[in-house]
Amino acid sequence: MTQTRARLTARAMGTPLDRLDGTAKVTGTARYAYEQPFAEPAHLHPVQATVAAGRVTGIDTAAAEAVPGVLAVLTHRNAPRLAGTGDAELAILQDDRVAFRGQLVGGVVATTTETARYAAGLVRLTYDEQPHDVELRADRDDLYAPESVNGGYATDTAQGDVEAALAAAPVTVDRTYTTAMCHNNPMEPHTTVAVWADGALTLYDSTQGVYAVRAAVAPLFGLDAEQVRVVSPHVGGGFGSKGTAHAHVVLASMAALVLPGRAVKLALTRQQLFFLAGYRTPTVQHIRLGADLDGRLDAISVDAVSQTSRIKEFAEQTAVAARMMYAAPNRRTTHRLARLDVPVPSWMRAPGECPGMFAAEVAMDELADACGLDPVELRVRNEPAADPETGRPFSSRNLVACLREGARRIGWERRHPAPRSRREDGALVGLGVAASVYPVFWMPGSSARIRAGADGRYTVSIGAADLGTGTWTALTQIAADALDVSVERVDLRIGDTAFPRATVAGGSSGMTCWGSAVVHAAEELRDRYGHEPPEGAEATGDTGENPDTERYAMYAFGAQFAEVRVDADTGEVRVPRLVGVFAAGRIINPKTARSQLRGGMTMGLSMALHEHSYMDAQLGQVANHDLAEYHIAAHADIGSLDVSWIDEDDPHVNPMGSKGIGEIGIVGTAAAIANAAHNATGVRVRDLPITLDAFLA
Amino acid sequence: MKPFDYRRAQDVSGAVALLSADPQAAFLGGGTNLVDHLRLGVVAPGLLVDVSRLPLDRIEPLEDGGVRVGATVRNSDLAADPLIRERYPVLSQALLAGASGQLRNLATTGGNLLQRTRCVYFQDVSTPCNKRAPGSGCAALHGYQRYHAILGGSPECVATHPSDMAVAMAALDARVLVRGPGGERGLALTDLHRLPGDEPWRDTVLAHAELITAVDLPPLPAGARTRYRKVRDRASYAFALVSVAAVLVVRDGRVDDVRIALGGVAPKPWRAVVAERALRGGPATEANFRRAAEAELAAARPLDGNAFKVPLARNTLVATLRELAGGTPR
Repeated sequence: MTQTRARLTARAMGTPLDRLDGTAKVTGTARYAYEQPFAEPAHLHPVQATVAAGRVTGIDTAAAEAVPGVLAVLTHRNAPRLAGTGDAELAILQDDRVAFRGQLVGGVVATTTETARYAAGLVRLTYDEQPHDVELRADRDDLYAPESVNGGYATDTAQGDVEAALAAAPVTVDRTYTTAMCHNNPMEPHTTVAVWADGALTLYDSTQGVYAVRAAVAPLFGLDAEQVRVVSPHVGGGFGSKGTAHAHVVLASMAALVLPGRAVKLALTRQQLFFLAGYRTPTVQHIRLGADLDGRLDAISVDAVSQTSRIKEFAEQTAVAARMMYAAPNRRTTHRLARLDVPVPSWMRAPGECPGMFAAEVAMDELADACGLDPVELRVRNEPAADPETGRPFSSRNLVACLREGARRIGWERRHPAPRSRREDGALVGLGVAASVYPVFWMPGSSARIRAGADGRYTVSIGAADLGTGTWTALTQIAADALDVSVERVDLRIGDTAFPRATVAGGSSGMTCWGSAVVHAAEELRDRYGHEPPEGAEATGDTGENPDTERYAMYAFGAQFAEVRVDADTGEVRVPRLVGVFAAGRIINPKTARSQLRGGMTMGLSMALHEHSYMDAQLGQVANHDLAEYHIAAHADIGSLDVSWIDEDDPHVNPMGSKGIGEIGIVGTAAAIANAAHNATGVRVRDLPITLDAFLA
Repeated sequence: MKPFDYRRAQDVSGAVALLSADPQAAFLGGGTNLVDHLRLGVVAPGLLVDVSRLPLDRIEPLEDGGVRVGATVRNSDLAADPLIRERYPVLSQALLAGASGQLRNLATTGGNLLQRTRCVYFQDVSTPCNKRAPGSGCAALHGYQRYHAILGGSPECVATHPSDMAVAMAALDARVLVRGPGGERGLALTDLHRLPGDEPWRDTVLAHAELITAVDLPPLPAGARTRYRKVRDRASYAFALVSVAAVLVVRDGRVDDVRIALGGVAPKPWRAVVAERALRGGPATEANFRRAAEAELAAARPLDGNAFKVPLARNTLVATLRELAGGTPR
């Protein structure tokens, strides 16, 4: 197992290199999955269930099959049998059961997209409809404790005596917070082009991990891993929704099997994404804090409830951040799930931390209020010396520096502690703060291969992904420094299972895991061949292990500040300013990093004010399933967005000293906005999104 | 979508004749709403008659001091027109508050008036909707209601008309010119759209093959100040929760003339005649504005999911009148 010997010296790292894939993207030559050219491709359109629970009792495909240009109509009666059906989300068209409205119950393949869509609408299904249950409430009597929550975390934790500490605490906060069901909605919808030829399946897929898709698909069809190739050089956003293969990939693969030799193209519509591509579960969080009069926490209690689907468990790790964020001798956290007739929840940017830190950081603001303390000062007072959960030292923790710098940037000293103190042009104006946190995950299992070419060039290959995040550029910078050459001499190749295995782009772990593999491959190459390797010389390296992950608690931190204006007449909420200051180790590329953090904060603002998948309890589906009614922030919603970071030197996290920045930008934003809205108006909003109704008088 | 035929009309009478001959035909303007509906399966006409290039794209002053707007004038062009900006700033404001730049570049004046509700159930053919599928029920009565009506709805349908432009035109006493198989007729814009009653599938009083050719805007009274205020969840590119188009003339502290239309609250642009009556001749004070707004909204029948619109509409109307009473002319 490879292990890092020395820290990498930054030459290319830390420079704001322009995106290496930028020219290809703006000139339209970067090929996304759906754009792979094929002669006479076939087009696939899904058929979805229109009941939320029950069985399909009748299928009439005659009208669809009669449409000229229709090549195949797939239903559970004729679809290929799957070899493995362990993952019920993926085991589509194997029987007549319907577990959620919008579930795939068929597909039509035709010569054009229009024909496929039209014919799909002609497939007639009848159902034996059963009562459904889609309502998440914390007072349900059928909540259950999963064996563990996502990330392998313990479902419940308890340290000390929380109840006694709360009973004795002179200041307490005891409130329930809710976050809304949200859908990832990447700009590029989920697309797959599947080709079955010569005993091998090739998938051009919009995914965060080509190897994850291969691992999911190959066993379903009884194929060896080597019989499935997944290609995905460019991805137009994923935010977690492309982190695992969803059912549409299976549908496309089935259609390809039925039409061997012919490329079958599938692009989910925007509406279909609301049923088939995962989403962020809504949460209900009961938080209790106990503190002394000076705001020093003695007890933290979080009971988090979220939903999962009938057919596959997804256990959002909502309360994990509360276990390590602040010093308090007595702490308990629980997670409970409601199993509902809903689509399968999945990952959405900072799953766990994002909804969890909304509730926790609003609760902290309420505690600051109750103690008459400045919210920045309250957080500083509760800064732990070591990780409260494990007792390990932090590899680095610069939350306080972020808070201080953010306060300076937003002009925190001008904030009026009393709500409703500032009125400008018919609006109530306030400032708020919240902390951000995200773990540094070390996921073994990535390998990189470096091959020396002519003229001192090097080809670096790894099955990594670029979701628009900057992997093409940042990983090239790491490779250049690892090889001690200029970036111009590095040719990076990613997004293909033809390259060495790589872990999924998730958990903000890409640079840590892929970057470490690249560094180790470069070390191996230099060890074997020196600085002038012969053309064709090759070496591989893998992520390996980092013993420091057992010795230190590793997290990135941040502080977010918001200025909020609430119209005094209409309650309209606007956020003219956001300030985010982060401490995330070495920033590999300031340009792409700023973009990612800014994107995270924008998405956090969007979550704060807009995003809400409204579950229609009668129909059992999200009612507002398009971008007209499911609002994401528009340009006009974003004012000044000030992103910066603390220079942080962390020798423990990985050879680059980097911590990952894909997710921390969204953590805490919504709380900062809610807290600012309270400062502006005196109205405490505990339920997302924050809409004008809350402020109407 | 279902396959369909496409014809481009050469002139108004030809367009009307094409529709008259085919009960399954529909006019196609900018297509920003109809083409979505074709994709979604909301409608499935057998023939589209493209009227977007008919010679109805002029904005002309009328002898009485008003302005005639051709039916194929694009929303962007109408919003930017100097005559409109000078004489009817409320209309320009309303247009610019609607949709997005790209959509406004395509959308026509006639098409804007005839656009259909954005009710999420109307647009999802897998759900009940009396407007789309008569007799199938109304999912909104027990569902997503944030964008639904508090005024003028029926047990059959509580969908709202989504246009901003039409709300301003309703406040401006606009008249709609229509050409049909039987010749030309004119009607008040406020009479164009109908309330759902027990026939929610009929959005307007127009018969099949009747084509809107122009909208006439009469001159505003001297000293009038106008304003369009749109309240929405998102700062841009969102339908109104509540909007107010108002024309106000104040003389010696009293309301000399007032015209108000509300958007986002009813199945049609809602001319607030009760509020107007309460205001006319009375003192132009905030207290009076509030009383008038409350009088108008006394008829409101909100749903659980949109009860907030009653105070929101009241506050927005009061704020708009307050601004007009205190602001500089136009």
